[in-house]
Amino acid sequence: MTEYVIRFLIGGAAVSAFAMLGDLLRPKSFAGLFGAAPSVALATLGIAVYQHGVDYAVSQTQAMIAGAIALAVYSVVVCHLLVRAKLRAVTATLLSLIVWVMVAFGLLMFTGGQA
Amino acid sequence: MTPIRFSPSSLKEGRWYEYLIRFALGGAATVFTGLVSSRYGAFIGGLFLALPAIFCASATLIEKHEIRRKREAGLTGGRRGQLAAAVDSAGAALGAIGMLAFAIVFSLTAEISIAAAFTGASFAWLVISMAAWYVRRKARSVRRVRTEQEGSGSSIRRSR
Repeated sequence: MTEYVIRFLIGGAAVSAFAMLGDLLRPKSFAGLFGAAPSVALATLGIAVYQHGVDYAVSQTQAMIAGAIALAVYSVVVCHLLVRAKLRAVTATLLSLIVWVMVAFGLLMFTGGQA
Repeated sequence: MTPIRFSPSSLKEGRWYEYLIRFALGGAATVFTGLVSSRYGAFIGGLFLALPAIFCASATLIEKHEIRRKREAGLTGGRRGQLAAAVDSAGAALGAIGMLAFAIVFSLTAEISIAAAFTGASFAWLVISMAAWYVRRKARSVRRVRTEQEGSGSSIRRSR
């Protein structure tokens, strides 16, 4: 239980720090870079190295490669849904999560679990 | 090309509960990744290190702030809010390329030195994201100039 409380606090702090940095920066397209900052990764990998060792963290980052490609596709889809389909941000971002799941797991299956 | 700058006034636009939501979502995403990793293994859990859970909240907040700003000026601002969120998501697509660099650098260097892996991967994220952003901006401004030149060229020909 303590482990998950620590995870929650570290993750929340890391995400908030990057999000606030993004709020402070202009132009908006540059600030958007911080929307894809590896904040959850930094928090999780730190705990993974401490608890399970380096090999465990390396396995996680190898799979993260597929997740990052899926995130790029996801962001482009969100952009198109907002501009062309004129959806609200909440609808576009939640609907596009299906795309993220499909691309991420698709890549993982395509590479035979060796992303 | 618009220069990169700090805008401290934009922090005043946010409400305290919006920061709380981001903190809670960030914490929840980290806990979720930990749970998936312990249930299904490091490999499946690793996918969720790039989950866009926080991005949903950020884009919605950007849209809300833009709508609020336009409403204060007497306009509806709905479309402007969507476009502001779209610009942010275009930036996130470039940031995702940086995240890819982060993952590659970390997985290649972690066995040599864990401190170097964290530093190198974070540096790779920053450099690659900024380079991708710069290249996109440059390409867009070149395209815009070319379109303007073509437009003025054809109007000169027409006037002849």
